[in-house]
Amino acid sequence: MRVPFAALLGLIVTSLFFLTAIFAPLIAPYGMAEVVGDVWEPPSDQFLLGTDSIGRDLLSRMIYGGQTTIFIATAATALSFVLGSVLGFFAAVSGGWIDQTLSRFVDLIMSIPTLIFALVVLSVMPTTITILIVLMGLLDSTRVYRLARAVAVDITVMDYVEAARLRGEKIGWIIFRETLPNALSPLVAEMGLRFIFAVLFVSTLSFLGLGVQPPQADWGGIVKENKEGINYGIAAALYPAFAIAVLCISINLVADWVLGRTTSLKGGRG
Amino acid sequence: MTDPLLKVRGLKIGATIYPPGEKPRDIDIVHGVDFDLAPGKVLGLIGESGAGKSTIGLASMAYGRGGVEITGGSVEVNGRDILKAPFRDVRRLRGGEVTYVSQSAAASFNPAKQIMEQVTEAAIFQNKFTKAQAEARAVELFRKLGLPDPENIGSRYPHQVSGGQLQRCMTALALCPEPDLVVFDEPTTALDVTTQIDVLAAIKDAIRDTGVAALYITHDLAVVAQVSDHIMVLQQGAMVEYGTTDQIINAPREDYTKALVSVRSIRHEEKQPTATPVLKVETITARYKGTDFDVLKDITVDLHPGQTLAVVGESGSGKSTLARVITGLLPPSAGQITFDGRTLTPDLATRPLDDLRELQMIYQMADTAMNPRQTVGTIIGRPLEFYFGLKGAEKQKRIQELLDQIELGVGFQERYPAELSGGQKQRVCIARALAAKPKLIICDEVTSALDPLVADGILKLLLELQKREDVAYLFITHDLATVRAIADSIAVMYQGSVVRYGSKSQVLSPPFDDYTDLLLSSVPEMKLGWLEEVLKHRKMESAGN
Amino acid sequence: MMQLLIQRLALGLLLLILVSILIFAGTMILPGDVAQQILGQSATPEALANLRAELGLNEPPLTRYFDWLGGILTGDLGTALTSGRSISEDIGRRLSNTLFLAFWAAVIAVPLAIFLGLLAVRYKDRWPDKLISAVTLTTISIPEFMIGYVLIYWISIQLGWFPSVAIINDGMSVWQKLDAIAVPVIVLTLVVLAHMMRMTRAAILNVMQSAYIETAELKGLGMLKIIRKHAFPNAIAPIVNVVMLNLAYLVVGVVVVEVVFAYPGMGQYLVDHVSKRDVPVVQACGLIFAAVYIGLNLIADLVSILTNPRLRHPK
Repeated sequence: MRVPFAALLGLIVTSLFFLTAIFAPLIAPYGMAEVVGDVWEPPSDQFLLGTDSIGRDLLSRMIYGGQTTIFIATAATALSFVLGSVLGFFAAVSGGWIDQTLSRFVDLIMSIPTLIFALVVLSVMPTTITILIVLMGLLDSTRVYRLARAVAVDITVMDYVEAARLRGEKIGWIIFRETLPNALSPLVAEMGLRFIFAVLFVSTLSFLGLGVQPPQADWGGIVKENKEGINYGIAAALYPAFAIAVLCISINLVADWVLGRTTSLKGGRG
Repeated sequence: MTDPLLKVRGLKIGATIYPPGEKPRDIDIVHGVDFDLAPGKVLGLIGESGAGKSTIGLASMAYGRGGVEITGGSVEVNGRDILKAPFRDVRRLRGGEVTYVSQSAAASFNPAKQIMEQVTEAAIFQNKFTKAQAEARAVELFRKLGLPDPENIGSRYPHQVSGGQLQRCMTALALCPEPDLVVFDEPTTALDVTTQIDVLAAIKDAIRDTGVAALYITHDLAVVAQVSDHIMVLQQGAMVEYGTTDQIINAPREDYTKALVSVRSIRHEEKQPTATPVLKVETITARYKGTDFDVLKDITVDLHPGQTLAVVGESGSGKSTLARVITGLLPPSAGQITFDGRTLTPDLATRPLDDLRELQMIYQMADTAMNPRQTVGTIIGRPLEFYFGLKGAEKQKRIQELLDQIELGVGFQERYPAELSGGQKQRVCIARALAAKPKLIICDEVTSALDPLVADGILKLLLELQKREDVAYLFITHDLATVRAIADSIAVMYQGSVVRYGSKSQVLSPPFDDYTDLLLSSVPEMKLGWLEEVLKHRKMESAGN
Repeated sequence: MMQLLIQRLALGLLLLILVSILIFAGTMILPGDVAQQILGQSATPEALANLRAELGLNEPPLTRYFDWLGGILTGDLGTALTSGRSISEDIGRRLSNTLFLAFWAAVIAVPLAIFLGLLAVRYKDRWPDKLISAVTLTTISIPEFMIGYVLIYWISIQLGWFPSVAIINDGMSVWQKLDAIAVPVIVLTLVVLAHMMRMTRAAILNVMQSAYIETAELKGLGMLKIIRKHAFPNAIAPIVNVVMLNLAYLVVGVVVVEVVFAYPGMGQYLVDHVSKRDVPVVQACGLIFAAVYIGLNLIADLVSILTNPRLRHPK
């Protein structure tokens, strides 16, 4: 299997981000909330990216922030995938009123913009990390549901699925052996896109002050903490933008490649 | 001899393909083809899929579809090499001197515009006629092509006329600018057989009356024999044989041509009915959920062990629905089915495993009938494992036996469906059905998607297997030649009812009812002058009009 | 066709009602209640009970829902818990500010996106197409507030062209207002431009690959004529769809961008009151945003029915 250069680059950069997140305490030069210098010190040998609005090391904040953001996004994506794809497959394979009820409910949730929905819920819920994950996972699972259902419906009308039903196969075989293997690559590609969305979303919420709460570091929060600096020409608030963009583009490159391989669905080992 | 209208020399055509996971690669589709076409003559281009016949047709308009590119040779129209001509001249040629009729008129008409505007567009744009003249000519063509209400049909939108009518409109579109040459690309292939004959006759008359020259592209030799003066046989982008229609049909020189001419000439001796049928379908009536009409009306047929019942009809006749009822996918609203002495429950889910095992199915599209992520070994092995609990070496041995039976050798077990040819795929599907040791196999249009020679091979295999395994076939098809080749008894279906049923010899001998007569007479025969002969003796207008 | 249109309108209305129920119910699942929120943990039981009665919290949920809905239908959105001001009044001015911002973003983004989308199709797989997709990929990978700060840093601070906050008031002329909102409009444009361009490109490519386009080519027609006469009539519906969908994105983008630029609109108002846990304000704003979103999607739906030749000219 030949991996194209762009996808390989994406894969490497993405892995670097994840490794940094996992080993944050080992990599970060200072503690997460440790005040070590003056306010907004410029980058120096001691503080590679300078310090933030209250004198914490910005590089350490970025590393710990990445950990928080990536952890929340990963957990939310995992939740949305488990929930969305299980229900989506289930709806597609069962059909009838189960499919109708689930699909109409999902239509209803999706008719409200995600951010607005989240804001409404957060106006009455405490903003803990668990609630953020569950909320984002639930909201995002509607999109996964739609995709999983559409892919599964496409597959379940295939003659080979009918052939399996005529053979007398149980629903487990039909879902796991006939449907799932053929639905995997569009779902994996979608997982990349949903993860990006989760990163952007949690950053947005934190920026609005409704996500991760200080002193916990996260990328959206770092922007909020340092936004005043912009007016003095201090770029501290822009580092998270750069980090998010690089991570998202890398994942996009990988997802594009996975999706491109879906066209070889009929291509066997491809 | 007059100068040729179209002179093709050393025509080479290539394309770039993008195999997944590999580097793009250039392939040759047509390698060096020469031919001439005199004004007012019709040349038939015939070949199986991949022969490059459509590509050659479009090259006569200096057009390559998709990534197709003309890589060498010359194409002269009226003495001018259009491959070297500036693009302005090519545009004057397209839609002016040379026009095109595609296989799917439904897709080739713009859904948002009235038919008249589209039919006259090229003639007006190329300054051949004024708007008024072009419209008058279009009406005249509509009349000549036998379209109903020729004065007003032009004001309709494409979706408002039937498929057969739209195909005629497309012919009018091609003839409207008074071209010198029309390229017909499988113009009747997508139509039902009884509609095809009328469209074919209309096209033939129109060609004769307007004196236009034509390239007639098709995979069906019997069809092209009716309209062309000369025939060129193509195989994999190269010419096999060129001659007059008479010579190609009656005295083919090359083996490949001989095979094409003698296709569908399998002779099968009809077997006598036995005492107890294996399948009894009694007074079955069925409809789809949410509709208010019966797709099947009071169907009663029998099928005897080791024999073949052909269910024949056109699209919409209900023949595939009958298969869905028998397999239990669509429970009927009335009637009952007896299989091997037992009454089958209407719904698939409640049938015992043995009923499921003994009743197998083979599909039209082998491509979608096999899971692309499973190997041939898994596909054939699953019924062995599922019904008989075979495992390990025993299963392997049985898979290999089945592969031998379908005449595929060693080494196929590890392959994926995408790595097989069309005929091989269908063979694997047959092996999967056989693996269950069935008493009855329902074959739903199993040869329709295949090229004629490949289809012949499949039919021979099915007959051979029937002898050996004593399995009965319920053979659903729209193709009467196939029916003749393999049936013991025949049921003719029309609009949800069986209109004629009996042994093969009974059904195929006169006196006929009107529909069977129409159906039988519409199947193109491999002889010159057949079309005129049939049209003289028609009793009933085809369903598509 | 009329029947189908009416059916869609009715469906849109039903959706709106269901959404209102969802928003209302969504704010009911809170631990503790509004009275608790206002008075805090240390409130005496008596004070809580009094406030509950005053706010009608002792009524059954169904009654409260209908009271709320009835109020909305008569233009009364209730009073804000935190300020005691009428929500309708507060929202009125802010809504027009938000629409002013969104309007100018749409005026720039829609034609630009369609033009660039066409450009990408015209030069498919050549450098303009590739450049456009690369820029697209980058912009959709950055959250809108970060685009906002990057632009503030660059345009307002480094170059000093436009103000970094977008404060407007009634005393300003249209030109002064436009000067104030220049940077937020650019941010919003960038946010929707990428998606809109990408989707326009896909929609037009889809039409251009139809067999009837080949028929037109084989009639010898020129590219412009083919696009004008054959592609365009069939591309209207998908393009309108793309535009509406992206205007819906815009509605959401506005919320964040207003916060970044301290712009006195609906978005900032909503976010402020979410942090203050002022439920009536959140409900009202949420419903208005959802209604705009549903309305835009409904328009897209109606346009695609109106331009479908099969429905316009039934058999």
